[in-house]
Amino acid sequence: MSELPLLEVRNLHLTFDLYEGKAHVLNGVDITIRNGERVGLVGESGCGKSIMARAILGLAARSNIEMSGEIRYHGANLFGLGPQAWRGLRGRKMSMIFQDPVAALNPVFTIEDQMIEVVRRGDKAKSRKEAIAIAIAALRQVAIDEPERVLASYPFQLSGGMNQRVIISMALVNEPELVFADEPGTSLDVTVQEQTLRLMTRLTKDVGAAVLLIAHNLGVVREFCERVYVMYAGMIVEEGPVKELFANPKHPYTQALFSAVPKLTGEGLPKSIDGMIPDYTHAPEGCRFHPRCPHVRPECLKPPPFVTVGPDHRARCILYTDAGAKEPAHV
Amino acid sequence: MLGRYLFRRACAAVITLFGVSVLIFLIARIIPGDPARIALGDTATLEQIAQFRKTLRLDDPLPVQYLTYMQGVIKGDLGISIYTGGAVLEDLQRTFPATLELVMVSAMLMIIIGIPLGTLAGRYRDSFIDNFTRLFSLIGVVTPGFVWAVFLLLVFAYWLEILPVTGRLSEGIPPPPHITGLFLIDSAFAGQWATFKDAFLHIIMPGISLSLASIGQTTRMTRANVGESYDRTYIEFARAYGFNEFRIAAKYALRPAMIPTLTILGLDIAIKFGGAFLIETVYAWPGMARYGVRVILHKDLNAIVGVVVIIGFFFVLINLIVDMIVAFVDPRIRLGSRAR
Repeated sequence: MSELPLLEVRNLHLTFDLYEGKAHVLNGVDITIRNGERVGLVGESGCGKSIMARAILGLAARSNIEMSGEIRYHGANLFGLGPQAWRGLRGRKMSMIFQDPVAALNPVFTIEDQMIEVVRRGDKAKSRKEAIAIAIAALRQVAIDEPERVLASYPFQLSGGMNQRVIISMALVNEPELVFADEPGTSLDVTVQEQTLRLMTRLTKDVGAAVLLIAHNLGVVREFCERVYVMYAGMIVEEGPVKELFANPKHPYTQALFSAVPKLTGEGLPKSIDGMIPDYTHAPEGCRFHPRCPHVRPECLKPPPFVTVGPDHRARCILYTDAGAKEPAHV
Repeated sequence: MLGRYLFRRACAAVITLFGVSVLIFLIARIIPGDPARIALGDTATLEQIAQFRKTLRLDDPLPVQYLTYMQGVIKGDLGISIYTGGAVLEDLQRTFPATLELVMVSAMLMIIIGIPLGTLAGRYRDSFIDNFTRLFSLIGVVTPGFVWAVFLLLVFAYWLEILPVTGRLSEGIPPPPHITGLFLIDSAFAGQWATFKDAFLHIIMPGISLSLASIGQTTRMTRANVGESYDRTYIEFARAYGFNEFRIAAKYALRPAMIPTLTILGLDIAIKFGGAFLIETVYAWPGMARYGVRVILHKDLNAIVGVVVIIGFFFVLINLIVDMIVAFVDPRIRLGSRAR
């Protein structure tokens, strides 16, 4: 495993300069994605998942945003690359599947116009005609029977599921190395969501693309991903292989997430997590989860250590250190 | 589909214009003030006035007056203007092209300056360039056109002496042959470049004065709508796929933003036909707007109806054109959005 990872995010900080003060939305995030790996990123809404994906794509830059840390792509830090080179990666090496496909497509241009623009980014088509041929082939890949008709349509003339498939084919047409999927299809019905995930799995495997799947649905991550990161309030609180982490969730936040999932067997009602995501301008000291944590203790006010709790499995919690183990940790 | 739509709109336009003509015909006659008294002056005797009213057929019942008038209109006769003493139709043929030329120049300035400036400001919201644009457009919107007119006159005609003061052409410059009545087009057509240059120099200041408010308005509308475009997911999508920033602004953000902007733009142009009168007055521009105000002050009944119906016609026409452009730009209107 000495091969250079595709993507390494190291100590990524992202701060919004707001009227109310500075909001530390990402607080030292570390993430690694290897070639062709399918990684899940879970957490409540508002915990910084989407902004992190956008930061990696180079879409987060605003006048009121400060970022620090490293985003290494094939070992090269993207922050040192300059915006033009960063843009060169988007649509070619990296792409993104959006949550709401209808909103992601421009309402006043045909699918053809928009898809050609994406295909052209891949530098494979020399003419519009060639680009159209590539687009048609890509649409066939996502099981669209009449690609010509779809190309001639406007987004509002197609169903949500059809738009979603168009987006997937756009995301994969240039055979990217890394695909971000931001809760794909959650704005659509469950069947379409399922379909979307299947398609995505098959096609990303075909082109050998790595995937970062952002989800709040744990079942989806379990089915689709190999490894998973659990994020809370701008911090990675737990990481590990899906099987290991789902069998042995260690961080109290991860445990709480699992008990919030309704069970098919009907034993007990799902438990919601008390409290809310903190106000980022006045984020809690130390472990950001401590105000909501059932195991909270004075040491939690200090930055929590990232402890190895199993094979490739780590949790950012005092409970699993020698100091934490002194008191009985009831799980 | 399009043919039927156009036919429907044309019918509606005819009905609208008919309604306008009836209304303005009646209003002009109902409001106090005797046109004969105004025309003949204070020294006229009652007999003279009665005689004049008879010539004008002002003592007939209103419906009869209207029918008489319409009989003329069908034959292409809009009646005699009391103010100029000539046929209203000829007055309009002489003055209307001057106003049309002025409005067209000002509309062009408003489009070629307002839309790019607004797009730039909407793209770089809250930046220096946005703040500057907002200040500029606000000053444009709140300052009446005649203030600009006087100001420009002072600077460019009086101090710098580089632009002519009044009129459409300098003395001694022959007017171009009458084709469209628009001096710039006619002179270019006839190859009279000296005339073209002179006409161009004459139209700069009135054109700018008439356009500044609408440039401001267009800039503000475009800025707001382009800014809103930039908040949409489809722009984030375009960025996530590395589209060229200029193409994003000029194509993917601007086109959806044009849909609400166009309607206001059309109204702005239509309003200029009447709104030009102060500019025309300052620059002694022999246009229809100035003519229109004069005939209103003289209660010149036939001329009033003529001017108002022409302005109404252009309102309807411009609205129709704008609606068609909007339908072209917005496929949801063109193809009929299915409810979902």
